[in-house]
Amino acid sequence: MAVTPSSLSAPVRPLKPKASADDHVMRLFILMIGLYLVIALALPLYAMFSKSVFDSEGAFVGLSNYLEYFRTPALVYSIQNSLFIGVITTVITVSVAFVLAYGFTRSRMPGKPIFKTITMIPILMPSLLPGIALIYLFGRQGVVKWMLFGHDVYGPIGIIISEVFFTLPHALIIIVTALSIADARLYEAATALRAGPVRIFFTVTLPGVRYGLISAAFVVFTLAVTDFGAPKVIGGSFNVLATDIYKQVIGQQNFQMGAVVSVVLLIPAALAFFVDRLVQKKQVALLSARAVALEPKPNKRFDMIMMVYAIIVSIFILGILGMCQFAALFKFFPYNLSFSLKNYQFDLMDGGGWDSYFNSIEMATYAAVFGTIIVFYGAYLVEKGKGLGVIRGAFQFLAMLPMAVPGLVLGLAYIFFFNAPSNPLNVLYHTMTILVISTIVHFYTVAHLTASTALKQMDAQFESVAASLKQPFYRTFLRVTVPVCTPAILDISIYLFVNAMTTVSAVVFLYSPHTTLASVAVLNMDDAGDIAPAAAMGMMIFYTAAGVKILHYLLSRGIEARTQAWRISSAN
Amino acid sequence: MASVFLKIDSLTKNFGSFTALRDISLEVFEGEFVCFLGPSGCGKTTLLRAIAGLDIQTQGRVEQAGQDISVLPPSERDFGIVFQSYALFPNLSVNKNVAYGLESRRSKREEVDQRVSELLALVDLADQGKKYPSQLSGGQQQRVALARALATSPGLLLLDEPLSALDAKVRAHLRQEIKRLQKRLAVTTIMVTHDQEEALTMADRIVVMNHGVIEQIGTPEQIYATPASAFVAEFIGTMNFVSALATGSGTFTHAGGSLDVSADGLKESGQVRLAIRPEDIYLSQGTDTPRLNQVVGEVTAAEYLGAFVRISLAPEGWESTLQVDASTDRAAALGIKVGAPAYVELPPEKILVYPEAV
Repeated sequence: MAVTPSSLSAPVRPLKPKASADDHVMRLFILMIGLYLVIALALPLYAMFSKSVFDSEGAFVGLSNYLEYFRTPALVYSIQNSLFIGVITTVITVSVAFVLAYGFTRSRMPGKPIFKTITMIPILMPSLLPGIALIYLFGRQGVVKWMLFGHDVYGPIGIIISEVFFTLPHALIIIVTALSIADARLYEAATALRAGPVRIFFTVTLPGVRYGLISAAFVVFTLAVTDFGAPKVIGGSFNVLATDIYKQVIGQQNFQMGAVVSVVLLIPAALAFFVDRLVQKKQVALLSARAVALEPKPNKRFDMIMMVYAIIVSIFILGILGMCQFAALFKFFPYNLSFSLKNYQFDLMDGGGWDSYFNSIEMATYAAVFGTIIVFYGAYLVEKGKGLGVIRGAFQFLAMLPMAVPGLVLGLAYIFFFNAPSNPLNVLYHTMTILVISTIVHFYTVAHLTASTALKQMDAQFESVAASLKQPFYRTFLRVTVPVCTPAILDISIYLFVNAMTTVSAVVFLYSPHTTLASVAVLNMDDAGDIAPAAAMGMMIFYTAAGVKILHYLLSRGIEARTQAWRISSAN
Repeated sequence: MASVFLKIDSLTKNFGSFTALRDISLEVFEGEFVCFLGPSGCGKTTLLRAIAGLDIQTQGRVEQAGQDISVLPPSERDFGIVFQSYALFPNLSVNKNVAYGLESRRSKREEVDQRVSELLALVDLADQGKKYPSQLSGGQQQRVALARALATSPGLLLLDEPLSALDAKVRAHLRQEIKRLQKRLAVTTIMVTHDQEEALTMADRIVVMNHGVIEQIGTPEQIYATPASAFVAEFIGTMNFVSALATGSGTFTHAGGSLDVSADGLKESGQVRLAIRPEDIYLSQGTDTPRLNQVVGEVTAAEYLGAFVRISLAPEGWESTLQVDASTDRAAALGIKVGAPAYVELPPEKILVYPEAV
């Protein structure tokens, strides 16, 4: 290239790196997965927003739907109810979880692994199930009705108990993590400075977990406010935003109002989400310090107190679980206590019968397999791809968005988008495919974060070395990235499977008579008054999820043993 | 002299509004071992990454073996690279790591195996092939990384702080190993380091960098004996500095007196910085008739460093202490003691003159 005077005086333009063949392929893939997120998330949400400013005839009416909404006292009252449920649940769950997490991390209580397992049980159940158990326990013919001192379980009490049950594991995971990153040296320093246990608790322990507590509070609040299962089953006449959406759409076929309520429900969820993201960043900063792990010292009295507490929480969880199983196995609980399997004859009830159970397994399997591939590969492309900075940023945003979108809102958005006659994609409506697509998107964020974290922990130079050795990126991806990230990949697939089994909210708007799901069947049987069969089906979901979880545990152990030789390296 | 293998012409790299490299031009000869040396943030790693195509420069041209590679992606360039973190694939055995770049090239299995054992023998790890990286020591891992980078016989070997993560003893040993290997294979090599000892002992030529520009390029001897700037003088080894004013004919006055200088091509005038290395200062016996550039001061510290003693001297009126190296025997013979006075002479031909930093 000859340097001519004109090229010397030309304005300085940065060199444009030549993209390699790999770069082109990776960009193509990131565009494809990005397109998936646009179609399965951004466009439906857009359709929902626009629906909320049109009337049923399709004429633009601006904010008049919103005005109508805020002029209807019954609907506005739900906002207050939802916030009430959210706040009370958050206070109770975070308090209960904190003490339990404290016991798990700071005591030497006997039986820790058992209690840890028991407290994770609610994750494996649809949120409808605790409600059903509460009906048997505290309902009109409840076995321990006296415990409520005459209060009615249908309404806020039932909802709050259900939500505490349902959100406890989520809070527990976050707070245990926050407590376990404590630096033993801080405690040694405090003790050396002669601080008493109370002072240490308030000056060292609490400040150390404050971000964890805030994060847990927001997660619990969001789950409780957006949950649909518990208020549907045990809410009685106590309306909340989530049930309003369902009633507007399924009951009154008022899609515009459903869209309006959805937008309203999006606000607290989105707000909680963004605050949580903010707090998470600070938590990471706390983590980066080189801490010495804290080993709790034995203290007989304290350990016993903590164990008794763990037993009480376990009884609460096992009681609810056991109640469902009992109700399912007896002919007519509590009147006829003879053993029977009639409640398992799902084919005789509304809700889709045994088919719905197998549909659920099919759906969950697809969601786990395709979801894991899409999520992990997508996260890989975002982390390791070159160029397309703007698109990668947009991708990252879309991947985080589902966390802020309640399932019901997503489901309704799908109706608006995929059921539109003008949309060529409406062939997907009422198919298994749309259930899988929506489920993957619904649970995308946590899965994406798991993948990103695992990928970030890998040496950033692997790709550089591979490129210098002239190896195509997919070879390094398959031979190094995937094997090293196998534990995270398994975690993602199990997370997607379990959630696909238990979720009701998004899919309740999307199933068809051919694609009924087990969780929806629980809802519909409960609606039809077949509460015992609903419990039986709910327990089927639980056993399936638990079985898969055990399988996952064994598989992880196997992989751990097989790869132990080289995995030590990640420890040092 | 060998022919130019790598040619960098007016290379600039911006990160947003920050200029990491400013108008860098440089030639590396075939088979040469060049070190980029400088404090952290000086741009040495950025320059290496631009040469590798990992972070392509904003402006400027890179030519390797006569070919313009300025905008090519790493996979279309010809280099092997070793990182500070080793970046060994943890799930692959040492053999497979070394074979990583060989396997897909349609080479026969036996040939690959043969080449791998050849390379492992070269780095003294012949019997470690079946182990995983985590089962090796840091020094061994680094040698595996080196073998892997050399496996495809690249024209250019890039080493990014390859020894920084190792302890001192292993580092000193590997320094020689790498140097020996490089000479034997005659592969053109660029190493980035912040460790001057590493650069001085290993490099054929050193490129001293600071704030995104090249301060000096030269052999280790040139860099050490005739630093081109006050920065280089200060960064490499230990150097005493004295602010002084030129009064003409080689005499400079400073806060504590005056010094005569006889440096080549001495043209400095006005405010300057005089510089002299501790080992160039001569520890003398005190005499009543002052000798040329004789300085007397109180010994404020004497660090015993085995073969020699580093004496800190506080001459009256000087702005800072003077570091003087003397053999342990001589220091003892002259009765050097903390608190007692000591006499030194600053040979005029050893004093360097730099313009006063603005």
